Amino acid sequence: MAVKEEKIEVEGEVVEALPSTMFRVQLDGGHAVLATISGKMRKHYIRILPGDRVKVELSPYDLNRGRITYRHR
Amino acid sequence: MAAAGAIVAATIDHTGAHLEPGITTAELDRIADRFIRSHGGVPTSLGYRGYPAAICISPNDVVVHGIPGGHVVAEGDLVTIDVGVTLDGYIADSAYTFAVGEIDDEAQRLLDVGRDALAAGIAQARAGNRVGDISAAVQRHVEEHGFAVVRSLVGHGVGRSYHEDPHIPNFGDPGRGPSLSEGMTIAIEPMITAGAPDVYVADDDWTIATDDGSLSCHFEHTVAITAEGPRILTASRDREPSLLS
Repeated sequence: MAVKEEKIEVEGEVVEALPSTMFRVQLDGGHAVLATISGKMRKHYIRILPGDRVKVELSPYDLNRGRITYRHR
Repeated sequence: MAAAGAIVAATIDHTGAHLEPGITTAELDRIADRFIRSHGGVPTSLGYRGYPAAICISPNDVVVHGIPGGHVVAEGDLVTIDVGVTLDGYIADSAYTFAVGEIDDEAQRLLDVGRDALAAGIAQARAGNRVGDISAAVQRHVEEHGFAVVRSLVGHGVGRSYHEDPHIPNFGDPGRGPSLSEGMTIAIEPMITAGAPDVYVADDDWTIATDDGSLSCHFEHTVAITAEGPRILTASRDREPSLLS
């Protein structure tokens, strides 16, 4: 059984929508990351647009890539 | 641990032999559970942090921790069987991705690269090296062939516990990380995808699958670092004769 690396949850604002459902998100901390949509959000057809505030999961091993796990109202 | 490892290897062989279109993953789990117990071992995963089954069966886009259930194995599936066995207080952990029937060339390439990446990592498991040497070897091999290494799941030390220090990522720089020394027992487990490396956890809180739905494979061995070099405790003569020294 594999070990799940501890993930870091951060907040940010979507800056642009890129091909292949990737997004550039400007994190509140300052960094911009490349993020995908989580599978759970795809399953429920949740749309993400530039300007949305989202929750992003980052792996401690790759801080430039993230996964959008929640879109705030 | 070698004894536990032998049971793990044999369980994977045995369960893999029952892989055919039409069988359910739940049935495969029962087969594995019976096999492990009949050899005096206990399936480590059962009840581990609440995991509900004896082994993990992860088809296609599921990378790891697939809970055996109603999935019916189909021709062309890539099915990963991940087994942990506890024997006399020691644990061994191994995994193998099997192809069911005919698969296309790309899928075959994914499997070959995964197997070879694990071998490349194992070759670095020597006293005096660092975890990063293993990580870099795996990453280099995988990315050279155009596939991706999953970042959020890592290998680990193993022995009296299922998951011990150190964490062994499948990516990173050589010469970094904890030092490897004689007597260490570790589980090296490259998890690779044919598309992007991002994964997500499904609603059952266990199953981890690729975000983009691409195929994934996972190969794992428990390796002891000895004075003579890496000793694979979960090697199978049937599946990977070339790994036996």
